[in-house]
Amino acid sequence: MIGLVVWLIPMANESGEGPFMIHKVLVYVAVFVFALGLVHRVSTWFRVSIGESAGRIPTGTRVAAAVRGIWGSFFSADLRVMAKTFLLDVVLQLRLLGQDRLRWAMHMCLFGPFLALLLMHALGRFTTAAVFPEYQSTLNPFLFLRNFFGVLVIVGVGLALLRRFLHRGTRPRSSAADGYALGILAAIFLSGFLLEATSITSISAFDDMVETYTMQADEEEIASLEAYWVSEFGLVSLRVRGPFAPDTLSRGRSAHELQCMQCHSSPRWAFASYTGSRLFKPFAAGLGDASTRDILWNLHFFCALLGLAYLPFSKMFHIFASPLSLLANAVMEKGKSDPANIATRQIMELDACTHCGACTERCSVAVALEEIPNVHILPSEKIAAIKAFVVGRKLSVSQIRTLQQGMHLCTNCGRCTEVCPVGINLADLWVDVREALLEKSVPEFLLLSPFAVRRGLTSDNPDDDRYKRPLDLAMRAILQEGEPDLLKDRSISLEPGSAHWLARLNGSLRSNNYSECYRCMTCSNSCPVVRNYPNPAEVLGLLPHQIMHSLGLNLRELILGSRMLWSCLGCYQCQENCPQCVRVADILFELKNLAIARAHERLASDAKERP
Amino acid sequence: MKIALLRCCTTSTALKYFELSTNAVLGALGVEFIDVKEFNCCGYPLKNYNLKAYLHASARNLALAEQRSLDLLTMCNCCYGSLKRAQHLFSEDSTMKNEIRESLDREGLDYSGRIEARHFLQVVHDSIGIEAVGKQVVRVFKGFRLAVHYGCHILRPREIVRFDSPFAPTKFDKLVELTGAESVPWAARLECCGSPMMGVNDELSIDLTKTKISSAKAAGADAICVACPYCEYQFQKVRKLVVAGSDPSSAPPSILFAQLLGLSLGIEEERLGMRPGQFPSGG
Repeated sequence: MIGLVVWLIPMANESGEGPFMIHKVLVYVAVFVFALGLVHRVSTWFRVSIGESAGRIPTGTRVAAAVRGIWGSFFSADLRVMAKTFLLDVVLQLRLLGQDRLRWAMHMCLFGPFLALLLMHALGRFTTAAVFPEYQSTLNPFLFLRNFFGVLVIVGVGLALLRRFLHRGTRPRSSAADGYALGILAAIFLSGFLLEATSITSISAFDDMVETYTMQADEEEIASLEAYWVSEFGLVSLRVRGPFAPDTLSRGRSAHELQCMQCHSSPRWAFASYTGSRLFKPFAAGLGDASTRDILWNLHFFCALLGLAYLPFSKMFHIFASPLSLLANAVMEKGKSDPANIATRQIMELDACTHCGACTERCSVAVALEEIPNVHILPSEKIAAIKAFVVGRKLSVSQIRTLQQGMHLCTNCGRCTEVCPVGINLADLWVDVREALLEKSVPEFLLLSPFAVRRGLTSDNPDDDRYKRPLDLAMRAILQEGEPDLLKDRSISLEPGSAHWLARLNGSLRSNNYSECYRCMTCSNSCPVVRNYPNPAEVLGLLPHQIMHSLGLNLRELILGSRMLWSCLGCYQCQENCPQCVRVADILFELKNLAIARAHERLASDAKERP
Repeated sequence: MKIALLRCCTTSTALKYFELSTNAVLGALGVEFIDVKEFNCCGYPLKNYNLKAYLHASARNLALAEQRSLDLLTMCNCCYGSLKRAQHLFSEDSTMKNEIRESLDREGLDYSGRIEARHFLQVVHDSIGIEAVGKQVVRVFKGFRLAVHYGCHILRPREIVRFDSPFAPTKFDKLVELTGAESVPWAARLECCGSPMMGVNDELSIDLTKTKISSAKAAGADAICVACPYCEYQFQKVRKLVVAGSDPSSAPPSILFAQLLGLSLGIEEERLGMRPGQFPSGG
């Protein structure tokens, strides 16, 4: 990184075309901001972490582990794996090709040509000039290639915009950051083309060149040179007018060969700019004057510097982080690699995300967004919020609740990880962030559903407080004030719930026949959970048959405060065995939904009362 | 026979061998299946939380299959129960159905009931048929005693899932017997595996699984034969917890029906995602 800064600084010294001191100063400022941003972003990889165990590893240890890891991989079989990954996944982007050809085409248009232009054109005087001593930006192949690459980048930006337009309103969301990145890129390239197009037509540019470079030329020779440029190269002049006599043109051609050709290939090779210049022809006199070209040059220059300075703070930073993420994931594995490096990689991966939306397109539970309006269900939208969370930005309770709900609405199917073009191990990330969020002690009711199965089956220590506390918290929050009266003093509060509440239950197609229950207790007797306890009422509160009966009496608090709801397997033994065909299990599911919705409402109103 | 295969979220990472073996058996039985990239989770884990989101998820899968004019095949009981429930919702008229249809319509999708969801066992038993499968059997497991575990959502609620009798089912047993193994009667045969409580109330969940395992052992079973990823995951993990440090023979392991049938059809262990000699006996 320091090397990069040292490498870029001479650019400021010599960045020639800008005639003023201010340009040099701006280059310094841009390079400085860029370097600072780079240091800041990279240092984050080592400073922050997700989860308690990763948090215990000090920054120094992580830096040392990274150095050791990288050094070690150079002298092992990992090097070959990384070389292969670099070629296939970084350069050729095969991961992307396999999933989405349009996106692959878009990325190839942007990434290769952009790098080529950066090296050949933006840094041309250090890179290209070093290889080709005769380098002039107006000579072929550079003249042609600049247009060729530029057009590809514009096509890439166009495809990116098209994709975002086509997917508008559906699952992958475009964020403001996506807009800035594309906007700056588009501004750099359009201003570049505009500058070149106006320069082609510009008579003032022609005059400047003639004055500076043509020696020992008489006026007639220059006039024929002008005629030749007008006729062949798209120059627009009010002084000479075609059609030109053949001998004028042949004299002009000789003058061109003598004076200009060393540094100028035919501007027609700059095919895009040349085509553009034909459109401007009628306005060339105005556009081509020195001050307009100056403005365009400055615009191009400033946009490029702005792009440079903004890069480490934008999603464009992925040009550093994504290849690193791909390489790291190719040779690292949780459980085998140094935990310090796993922790560092996880933070680096957050920067590798380009917000492309591949994960969201394939997400198994993205469909839930249709009924549960929380964008954090979508994996691509989780990342930004996770970044804010891990760098320790203060999140409000309701922000944590929203993020947490999104994080837990995940079946761990792993499709996001499978398709991520930059190889982020999203599945592991979700698990770690989920646990880290639970430490914030905000109740999460999705823990009371099969979404928690994986957490249960993979927990190292089910007796650990860290594992158990979030469950207790969720259960307490849903049972409200703790145990219902029935369990305290064996007396029932006969305060009926509102009719509104029952209407919600009756509105459902399958849950309106509880009144057919005649309390034979078959449901409770066939329930494997009830049978599991010697004294079930003590553990479960109301048993299934009592819940059915309480529904008839509209005893809302009693029903929603029953632990039975959260011990119900949904195995349908009760319902199948009911002689009255009461849909007991379906009703219990409805009640669980209602209890959760009510608990959510209560938490939301609590949050409003004390912001 | 061509069918759209819905991969269960649980199998895709935690139980790769479940997918491998099911794919291999389907291939051997001449069932052509296609993967539909757009399929989503069946919605099962959402059932406690938001019934509409639960049904919406399954309805979308049905609509995606219908778009391709293919029945939808699942290898998971929970997916099957969910899909069948959505199928049922769409056979009646309700506000919920209309609302879900509206949002499916925004994606250009609809479900009219033209196609249906089918369980792996259903395809093997009902569509291909005991006789046809039996003709392909090349290896039998004489003396292998199995406690057949149906799982809940393939049997209940009967009017929705419509696979077999909820009280005296026989189809899965017949399929197991095709392989030469013996299906033993056991008390906890139709009970839940305990999985839904895992992660919510682990103690209860493990109690229920232990009850099943002991019942199978008491019936003299060598193994519990399962056909649902959630059950498989539960039996595998809980058995590890239960027998950790003690005698493994005290708890019959679970085995996958697809693997058992696969071996019987002469498919190599590797293609079924098995270690050589993984089954405790027979063959």
